[in-house]
Amino acid sequence: MKQTILDARNLKQHYQVKQGLFKPDAHVKAVDGVSFSLGKGETLAVVGESGCGKSTLGRMLTMIETPTSGELKYGDEDLLSLSKQAQARLRQKIQIIFQNPYGSLNPRKKIGAILEEPLVINTKLSAGERKAKAFAMMAKVGLKPEHYERYPHMFSGGQRQRIAIARGLMLDPDIIVADEPVSALDVSVQAQVLNLMMDLQQEFGLSYVFISHDLSVVEHIADQVMVMYLGKVVEHGSCAQVFEQPKHPYTQALLSSTPQLAAEKRRQRIKLQGELPSPLNPPSGCAFHGRCQYAEDQCRSQMPSLRSLADGHLIACHLVNQ
Amino acid sequence: MALLTVEHLQVDFRLRQQTLTALYDISFTLSPGERLAIVGESGAGKSLLGYAIVNLLRQPGYISAGAIHFHEQNLTKLGSRQWQQIRGKKIAMIFQDPMVTLNPVLTVGEQMVEAIRAHQKISAQAAKQLAIHKLSQVKISAAEQRFEQYPHELSGGMRQRVVIAIAMLLNPEILIADEPTTALDVTIQAQILHLLKQLCEEQGVALILITHDFGVVSRIAERTLVMYAGRIVERGPTLEIINDPQHPYTQGLLNALPQMALAGQRLNQIPGHMPSLGEHPSGCAFHPRCPYATEKCRWQRPRPIYSGISTVACFAIEELLAETNLEEGDDNHD
Repeated sequence: MKQTILDARNLKQHYQVKQGLFKPDAHVKAVDGVSFSLGKGETLAVVGESGCGKSTLGRMLTMIETPTSGELKYGDEDLLSLSKQAQARLRQKIQIIFQNPYGSLNPRKKIGAILEEPLVINTKLSAGERKAKAFAMMAKVGLKPEHYERYPHMFSGGQRQRIAIARGLMLDPDIIVADEPVSALDVSVQAQVLNLMMDLQQEFGLSYVFISHDLSVVEHIADQVMVMYLGKVVEHGSCAQVFEQPKHPYTQALLSSTPQLAAEKRRQRIKLQGELPSPLNPPSGCAFHGRCQYAEDQCRSQMPSLRSLADGHLIACHLVNQ
Repeated sequence: MALLTVEHLQVDFRLRQQTLTALYDISFTLSPGERLAIVGESGAGKSLLGYAIVNLLRQPGYISAGAIHFHEQNLTKLGSRQWQQIRGKKIAMIFQDPMVTLNPVLTVGEQMVEAIRAHQKISAQAAKQLAIHKLSQVKISAAEQRFEQYPHELSGGMRQRVVIAIAMLLNPEILIADEPTTALDVTIQAQILHLLKQLCEEQGVALILITHDFGVVSRIAERTLVMYAGRIVERGPTLEIINDPQHPYTQGLLNALPQMALAGQRLNQIPGHMPSLGEHPSGCAFHPRCPYATEKCRWQRPRPIYSGISTVACFAIEELLAETNLEEGDDNHD
């Protein structure tokens, strides 16, 4: 077992939503009890459709949002009970990369300033040292020295994502939360960025929390896979377990919906009816029952808990017996 | 008899200082009921081609050469009056983001009825009947209820279904779909693709699907055109192209997919990026990124030739074919 670097226990994020002057506030359980542990150098993929809570999870892990309840441990330190200063120090170790590199880079700043900003805020390095560090990082992610003086709009999408990655790495983090980092990129550029991320992982021993809806990317890059549906984890296991023996009907449907080119890898299509229900008004019992072809009476009334199968594969479904 | 024939189409952008060419020498045909995919990355010109076909090019873009024949009409010669009889009626188009098409301040029903009555003289009641019928045809549940709703009350997948229903209102002969599923989740994407395929099969509509995703293409299209930097570089039956891509760009695109590499191994990336408008390289536009590029590729433009699998514009393939032909020739001597 690898050394655990990030440990989440029963993380929850509930939002209050105003419904009107005289109606009581509704609660959206965006993330409802997520637990995992991430080892050093490991990649955990969080998979699910839009609205399943995967991005909210990413925002909690990076302390952009404070969870409603739960525990989040970085090494031995409990991130949620620390003082503001201690949090600021540890925040350097967990960085985030967003999906849209057009939105996450300040258009009025040059690349040099973008890369050095985290150093200005968090370290006491001199201007010369900062510049040297920025140049070193630009070389690592495949940017040229002359890019230092350019603005974000002068770059293509792939290059901007390289800049975002470089910025994320400026403070020598241990963990990178990557929220759909390649979804906005073209296939050939996507391959370049994924390769870069894998190279950097090797070089710096980074751990990734890789949030994505694209299962073919996840299958390629992940060690562990966690499938979420409406704020809850429905299946969690090693990459091989989830992709070779998907147990939860939702995971099976997701996998069968992902277009496969090779005819022999194509799975029997499971056509999923309907769409993700509203988190404001989640179905009773198993949240997936309305779309599940195997649903029985107990699925409609009782919520299945996440339980472990013999091989450590976690699953939340009444009907899976091993 | 082809339904749509595009011949040597060229699209230029006239700027103050210079005129830039965005699409070069595009020719293809579409038969009734056929499903054709146009594949390429951003900047390949695939969407522009879609816009050019329905005469929606924005200034300063314009068709500078070539012809588009729809039945007997040359679409490039039509005036805006005549276009009203074609666009939306005979040739419909749907886009990636359904909110581009839908008016947020009108109910689904209002915009559908408006579209019908703009083209046909029928009563409001009959138009409503037709609209509801079309909504149920695209598998929208509780169609009468949806008819009264505003677009923001619907989910992304549902909106895209409404857009498809609107496109199908007047029974078009061609449906052009520009990345119709890119913004949707995979399970919804699968539903929408299935729906499009079904509509084509049942109603005999021809489909031009514009996408960057070979996975989507493999599900739905019979024939595929691959575009790079404003040109068609490869064309042929979809399955053949996917199983045995000929052009180095098509090979690169398919090999770059994560499913083509072993888990945890490096992906096969294509170096560099798509050239932008005005930076199209000389000779074969792909040569700076091509592993097989020779001096010839730098200066001369390859012509499309049939390789036995697909039609490809590439000197490497041309030479390979010439060699095998020579060998076969030698065999004949013996």
